[in-house]
Amino acid sequence: MTNLRLREGKSLSQFIKERAIILEEVLKVEGLSKEFPGVLALENVSFNLYKGEVHALVGENGAGKSTLIKILTGALSPTKGKVIVFGKSYEKLDPILSQNLGIAAVYQEMVLANYLNVVDNVFLGIEPSNWGFDRKGEKIKKLRDLMKSLNYEMDSKAEVKNLSAAQQGMVAIMRSLVRNAKILIFDEPTASLSDREVKILFSVIRSLQKQSISIIYISHRLEEVFEISNRISVLKDGKLVGEKITSETNSNDLIKMMVGREIENQIYDLDRKIGEEIFRCENLVNDKIKSISFNLKSGEIVGVYGLIGSGRTEMARAIFGADKLWNGKLFINGKEIKLKSPIISKKHGLSYLPEDRRRQGLALQLGLKLNVNLASYEDRSNFGFVDLKKEKFVTLDLVKALEIKTPSISQKVSNLSGGTQQKVVVAKWLAAKSKIFIMDEPTVGIDVGAKNEIYKLINRLAKEGSAILFISSYMPELIAICDKILVMKDGKIAGEVNRQNFSEEEILKMAI
Amino acid sequence: MSKSSSTLEFKRPSRVSYLMNTQVLVLIVIVVLWIYLAIASPYFFTLHNIRGLFSQDAIVGVLGVGELFTIITGGIDLSVGTVAELVNIIFTITVLGNMPIPLAIIISLAVAVGIGLVNGILIYELNMPPFIATLGTMSVADGAALLLSGGTNISGLPISISNFGTGIFLGLPNLFWILIVSIVVGEIILRYTTLGRYVYAMGSNVEAAKLSGVNTRKTIYFVYAFSGLFAGIGGIMITARLWMGIPTSGLNLNLDAIAAAAIGGASLFGAQGSSIGVFLGSIVMATILNGTVLININTFWQEIITGLLIMATVALDQIRSRSKYTFVRKF
Repeated sequence: MTNLRLREGKSLSQFIKERAIILEEVLKVEGLSKEFPGVLALENVSFNLYKGEVHALVGENGAGKSTLIKILTGALSPTKGKVIVFGKSYEKLDPILSQNLGIAAVYQEMVLANYLNVVDNVFLGIEPSNWGFDRKGEKIKKLRDLMKSLNYEMDSKAEVKNLSAAQQGMVAIMRSLVRNAKILIFDEPTASLSDREVKILFSVIRSLQKQSISIIYISHRLEEVFEISNRISVLKDGKLVGEKITSETNSNDLIKMMVGREIENQIYDLDRKIGEEIFRCENLVNDKIKSISFNLKSGEIVGVYGLIGSGRTEMARAIFGADKLWNGKLFINGKEIKLKSPIISKKHGLSYLPEDRRRQGLALQLGLKLNVNLASYEDRSNFGFVDLKKEKFVTLDLVKALEIKTPSISQKVSNLSGGTQQKVVVAKWLAAKSKIFIMDEPTVGIDVGAKNEIYKLINRLAKEGSAILFISSYMPELIAICDKILVMKDGKIAGEVNRQNFSEEEILKMAI
Repeated sequence: MSKSSSTLEFKRPSRVSYLMNTQVLVLIVIVVLWIYLAIASPYFFTLHNIRGLFSQDAIVGVLGVGELFTIITGGIDLSVGTVAELVNIIFTITVLGNMPIPLAIIISLAVAVGIGLVNGILIYELNMPPFIATLGTMSVADGAALLLSGGTNISGLPISISNFGTGIFLGLPNLFWILIVSIVVGEIILRYTTLGRYVYAMGSNVEAAKLSGVNTRKTIYFVYAFSGLFAGIGGIMITARLWMGIPTSGLNLNLDAIAAAAIGGASLFGAQGSSIGVFLGSIVMATILNGTVLININTFWQEIITGLLIMATVALDQIRSRSKYTFVRKF
């Protein structure tokens, strides 16, 4: 099923001998918890990092990795617990303190000054100067020495915007190093790198290790984790569920630790009728997705599971016509359709509920009524004039049908709760008489009660003959509600699992 | 409907905060200003003076209506004043060239709408920020007006044009009636048409509008062409009022139009504003101009007062928008 190449890992003792380092703890977190309203993002997590070690952190989306990193870089304060850096204990960190302590994160999307060159970016804010005048020569020399120590080369005069993602990543790494970073955090560093670039990055990481720099390495790609790390910690639903020495574990063990949650079976609706195929796509290709083919039948709920960067959202947007398709065919009710823009998709009964509903789904400053009708004013107007009665009644009907909790239909949408907002987006597409719903993370950021209402709503839509593509990174909900699950990886559909074969473990194996 | 009482997350805005929306505030400002001026100057409340004030107000108001639409989408049109000026020159030249007046009007307005469409192309197709795109057309229109007129005032228009400009209909100046019609047209479009809904929706969230299948291209073209059209109408009104073509007549009008919209409650961040607000805003501006002359303050104060007033209304709006009870159009 998976093509994991299990590398010959080295045991910790071997690793210590080789690097001739003392097992010195540079970072330790103890009993760390972080509570958001309604969610416990981290629960009593303890974790440590030795000098010169690469410690990998794995887990599904939403397992709490980002929250942990944000606490370490000072972007978030923990609710409970403490962080010990170089022997000193802190209740919380702030970004400046964290930087002064030598902690730096190299994010997936680096924040660099695009129009400055490499040298200027590396030294931005800490330029060596004489009375405010740049000491350029010194900067270049320092950078050259740094690159030599990392066994890496690049043009120090190149503008950052012309660099590849891998090179930009290197700029970010060097920028942290000239600020005396001792602990580097890599968050999905290889997501947009080629195999060759990954090799280069790994050689740089090994050079960093030799310089006694400690690294927290976050990645979905287990094969990489096995290649580069000394230890691996697994997070699941905010809890630390395992810590292993890399050489003493394997990917199957890790996957077992990452899954295994309770799944509510009552959500699945047994008396839905699955009918004819109403949507089919063949061989969809663009810059982010590769030969996507699948179909949807009326009354069917199809899940899409994939980790960050697997191309789920990109697929949804391409089908809906929000992004360009390079190649491929789309069929609705058996007829081939050219979907070039959301305007056309809408006319054919297709709808898209974006992942970020606040930024992409709703006109927040405006009222509920406008938002509900926004996709269907064409059907509610005579010669360009809005049929105010229809507009009102359609809204009232949907507010009632979907049990949208609002004091009035003119309520400003930004004042509604997350779950209610999601219902407004669904109502918008129901008003537009959609039959095919593409829902991108419809339950993200809403509380449990509201989630259940969304599940009920999805079941009802399917029962009434719509087809639903349910994209989610929370596998239990997909397993609970879907008829089948498509698993995405690297822009492709890596596998398809039918309901009777649902297993968290199998699905995750395909996705990783 | 729904069981809203079961949720605690909603607080109903109090009556007071409903009343304190921008339009009401501006109306209060106007009443206060008028009472003050009526006491300070015996001439203020004369029929002649009020008619003059309304004529003054009309041109800024008409330009403001077009401007408002661009502002609600989250854009801006800096070219309205100089487009009006260019139309002033074109209209004068064509009439002096013995073209029938209706045809001259049509040609002038076509030019104005054309410039608006160019703005639309620059903004939608070339993805230029509205500020820059219309700054460009503003300068081009100003230059074209100077070029066509040779940089001097052009007089010699038939007296009928001046008669229209100073004429009275049902007790109010003709120009003021044009303003009333413009305000009503603007209000009807914003309130009752699908396009009006899209204008607000785009100002609130372009991405959401696009992903809802709203034709954003059409909306942008409409908004800037509409702004051009109203600038053109303003240009004809200028000609009627001045009875000549003056190639510098539009310079201040750009900012005056924006000011009228802003004082009237349009938010430069988009999604807020109304045509009636522009009407009130333009009256405030005309009152300040008229008042400074009447009570014999140095007229340079007029611009300072206008500036302070813009700052005060917008600041107040910002403060109230934090209180979550801002007035929004009830869609």
